[in-house]
Amino acid sequence: MNKVPSALKIGLRRGSLEIKQFSRQRESVVFTLFFPVILLVIFGSVFQNTIAPGVTFSQYFVAGMIASGLVNTGFQALAITIPMERDVGALKRLRGTPMPASSYFIGKAILIFASMAVQILMLLGFGVLFFGLEMPTEISKWITFTWLVVLGSACSTALGIAFSIVPKSGRGASAVVSPIVIILQFFSGVFFVFTQLPWWMQQVAAIFPLKWLTQGMRSVFLPDSFAAEEVAGSWEIGRTLIILLIWLAIGIYFSVRKFKWDRD
Amino acid sequence: MSLIEVKGLKKNYGDLQAVRGLDLQIEQGEIFSLLGPNGAGKTTTVEILEGFRVRDSGSVSVLGVDPQVKGAESRIWRNRIGIVLQNSADAGDLSVGETVEHFSNYYSNPLDVQHVIDSVGLSEKQGALIRTLSGGQRRRLDVALGIIGNPELLFLDEPTTGFDPQARRAFWSLIQQLRSNGTTILLTTHYLDEAQALADRVAVINHGQIVEISTPTELGGRATAQATVQWRDGAQIKMEKTDNPTTLVTKLSTQFGGEVPELIVTRPSLEDIYLEMIGNPDE
Repeated sequence: MNKVPSALKIGLRRGSLEIKQFSRQRESVVFTLFFPVILLVIFGSVFQNTIAPGVTFSQYFVAGMIASGLVNTGFQALAITIPMERDVGALKRLRGTPMPASSYFIGKAILIFASMAVQILMLLGFGVLFFGLEMPTEISKWITFTWLVVLGSACSTALGIAFSIVPKSGRGASAVVSPIVIILQFFSGVFFVFTQLPWWMQQVAAIFPLKWLTQGMRSVFLPDSFAAEEVAGSWEIGRTLIILLIWLAIGIYFSVRKFKWDRD
Repeated sequence: MSLIEVKGLKKNYGDLQAVRGLDLQIEQGEIFSLLGPNGAGKTTTVEILEGFRVRDSGSVSVLGVDPQVKGAESRIWRNRIGIVLQNSADAGDLSVGETVEHFSNYYSNPLDVQHVIDSVGLSEKQGALIRTLSGGQRRRLDVALGIIGNPELLFLDEPTTGFDPQARRAFWSLIQQLRSNGTTILLTTHYLDEAQALADRVAVINHGQIVEISTPTELGGRATAQATVQWRDGAQIKMEKTDNPTTLVTKLSTQFGGEVPELIVTRPSLEDIYLEMIGNPDE
């Protein structure tokens, strides 16, 4: 009789509720889902050069946009919206119910994964239709693509939840989080060709997951001949997997141990 | 065993002793009201009982469980209580019905969603988005979310702040109805008329300790305090303090041959007694 519903069951319910709530906030829907496409249109129209034989800037840029979309949609969005939820008392209310913390985290992970899926479909659709984006044909590349999106999305969710501890208030959250993300995007070779960045910038970027996600996505969307152009001279797929797993573990650790439900 | 038992509860914030040795027992089925000025330790005490804060010392038992319980046991404990907090303003993009239905999924034996929405008087607003609700309607939704799990114990924190008089009355009858269904209610309020109307017992807290626990009518010796009888005698308003107001009124009635003009009999209000008890806040 006192058997409370399982954390997973409540988590799935929360996932569908989060998606419902998100889809009713028109501004965030437009920003999250269309912004990467708008960036593609701008950058794709400005830079029509080729980076290497057979590699257009658009091709290079789509890889970067998918990777940085994972960071924007997960890490950035959560690190800003969770402090807002905390400000209005939504988290404290949840804390007072039998809902376990893990259900809340599962709900966020589902929301982030779903909006990433839509965002990627739009980006690829636009790329193919208007910017001559070429889709990979090998199965192995699609396998890499799939685990990069799933793991990247999970990693970004966990780190976003963990980082939500940092901003003191929802109002100030954007000022704390956005600069970090923008700097990381420049350092990680989203907007520029990574190998053309200064050595120290590459080293800093190599600490964080975005560089690895971007490089991983390049391995999917660029011809294998381009691997020789990378810093290490290869795609470093194994290392990417390990680094993402380490960051996922760090994110989960801080989310579980340090999550703040109340303002003080 | 009492539903809530608190012994020697202490909580400091740095040098500030917010709660200093507080004892409290709340019985099953009663509406118990905590009164006290801001900074008296009221909110800290309630938040410790709700499991939101960790105490420094003393013992606390709520439904036979220490509110500091963790993990799976905490979920089973929370399954039995309901909490209505101050100022919650979340989930504006969901409808009333969607929100109540969603929260019902957190509990093992939730009440019927439709029944709960009806009983807080939001049937007509079922499909309305939360951000379109008035302050009073929002508060009713807060209560709906607090009771959807069919709690044995309900915490109500300043439930009617910002209500118009009519909404307050309607809210009070909702609370009384919950109590008659067997829910024990711990009510924190600034409004003494609210405590008077709802509470079976009240506790006055000041400087982190209980000053007195009593029924609203007996608090501070109120029931036996001298009554003031006031009436009009010709052009004059007369007033007399007495231990036997009935005798005086009978005497006056004989004197005036029936009706006493503009008769008023009063005892010190709960507010008078309360203000006397907590003293001058600037002391």
